[in-house]
Amino acid sequence: MTDLPTTTDRKLGLVIDLDTCVGCHACVVSCKGWNTENYGAPLSDQDPYGADPTGTFLNRVHSYEIQPETGPAQLVHFPKSCLHCEDAPCVTVCPTGASYKRVEDGIVLVNESDCIGCGLCAWACPYGAREMDAAEGVMKKCTLCVDRIYNENLPQEDRVPACVRTCPAGARHFGDLGDPDSDVSRLVAERGGMDLMPEQGTKPVNQYLPPRPRDALEPAGDVDVLAPYLEPVASEARGFIGWLDRALDRLPGGRDGEGP
Amino acid sequence: MHPAPSVIVFTTLSGLGFGLLIWLGAGQPAVTGWTALAFFVIAYLLAAGGLVASTFHLGRPERAPLAFTQWRTSWLSREAWASVAALVVMCLYGAGLVFFGERYAWLGWAGTALSLATVLCTAMIYAQLRTVPRWHSALTPALFLVISLAGGGLLAGQLQAALLLLPLAAALQVAWWWRGDRALARSGTDMGTATGLGARGKVRAFEPPHTGTNYLLREFVHEVGRRHARRLRALTLGLGYLAPALLILLPFAHVWAVVAVALHLTGVAAGRWLFFAEAEHVVGLYYGKR
Repeated sequence: MTDLPTTTDRKLGLVIDLDTCVGCHACVVSCKGWNTENYGAPLSDQDPYGADPTGTFLNRVHSYEIQPETGPAQLVHFPKSCLHCEDAPCVTVCPTGASYKRVEDGIVLVNESDCIGCGLCAWACPYGAREMDAAEGVMKKCTLCVDRIYNENLPQEDRVPACVRTCPAGARHFGDLGDPDSDVSRLVAERGGMDLMPEQGTKPVNQYLPPRPRDALEPAGDVDVLAPYLEPVASEARGFIGWLDRALDRLPGGRDGEGP
Repeated sequence: MHPAPSVIVFTTLSGLGFGLLIWLGAGQPAVTGWTALAFFVIAYLLAAGGLVASTFHLGRPERAPLAFTQWRTSWLSREAWASVAALVVMCLYGAGLVFFGERYAWLGWAGTALSLATVLCTAMIYAQLRTVPRWHSALTPALFLVISLAGGGLLAGQLQAALLLLPLAAALQVAWWWRGDRALARSGTDMGTATGLGARGKVRAFEPPHTGTNYLLREFVHEVGRRHARRLRALTLGLGYLAPALLILLPFAHVWAVVAVALHLTGVAAGRWLFFAEAEHVVGLYYGKR
């Protein structure tokens, strides 16, 4: 049944650090690689080497420009995949029971052999996390690399989602967000992790860490902490330079910055 | 939203077909024998034809029977049950009228209720979606039900009722548009909440994830179909509701009824095109589009 479980034993999910992400798309590539070669139908491409290539991706990285009221604009790279919501609207709309949320770890999955490809779950998802595979005719979505995280054939350090394992910036973290003492939960508490589209009532498990405030480009006070130590030792020139300084002062026009 | 022809044909035709079944079940008109057969054949061609069209947008139509399993949570599953139950019950009721000249009233009323439930389930598939603010309203099932009743009444020759229902449908349609045009702004979802970055300044989509298009943009962002929205709205009101009502008022109304039904169907189809083409899915915000 596509009833959602009232509680799940764990809430496995991702914490994505928008401060650290450099927008390299390595997570996109590793996700496509792992998930096309392993569990379920491959993530197909259409016209991959032609003029109009498209394909199925479970993870996509957007880039946004944020223009504050004052000051310079900021660029934020924004990876987006399934948020494994507690109130997942994609699950309850499914007519076949192919979509479900696991009681043991909260992962939202699609049983591809039951999916009729009606697309209603993608309509119900506000995040664009589900994509219909054009070759297979079934719905594909992030599995949180369920075939990696419990895979005893892999070394311990590889038992995390492919996107997390590959991120060169350390912008992606994986763990149990239902356990307040887990590393990811502490990170969320420390950095003020946020829900995407909270007003949609989906209660996403994945959390996004907002970018830290940037250093101001035009500071009010000292430019640098070392500035006091870099003050000119001699403020008044002596000798020949001193004579030249005084001589130039007497000429019409005066000192730079003091003129008309 | 992408206005898929299969879904427009499905909701338009089956809405009209089940609308006719609603009236037939209620014994309006009270027909038997060959006349009843003609009415039932038309109703079944429309209702079942629409249902068949709806399977064309499935990725895996051969698994469609699985759609009956999740009636507890899924309006699509409930629609599958309601439509099949309505067609079976009305088939038995129709057989009584056609072959035995008997009207089993209780069976008819059950069929009417199930046909109403089918139209309601169809509408709720759209109305339940919080992700499409234009659809997420009680006005959506109200509009679908009244259009179905009005069209069905027109087909069933219930001209007095149609004369009341057509203007009511037009009024509901205008109210639905009026609310819908403000729905996305009122939903509180914008690029700021989508990215969680709205408090920091004005968020602009700087670079999309890929240079090409994708499933999400094809399915949820359809700006081309909105270009002629005004003209299509006028066509919907004029052909769908106004013209049929005027034709009913002419002498020899029954001769004009066929034309009235054709015009009504055209107008409703135009309205259904807009229903999808104008609907903004919030996922478009991630791409800086509506």
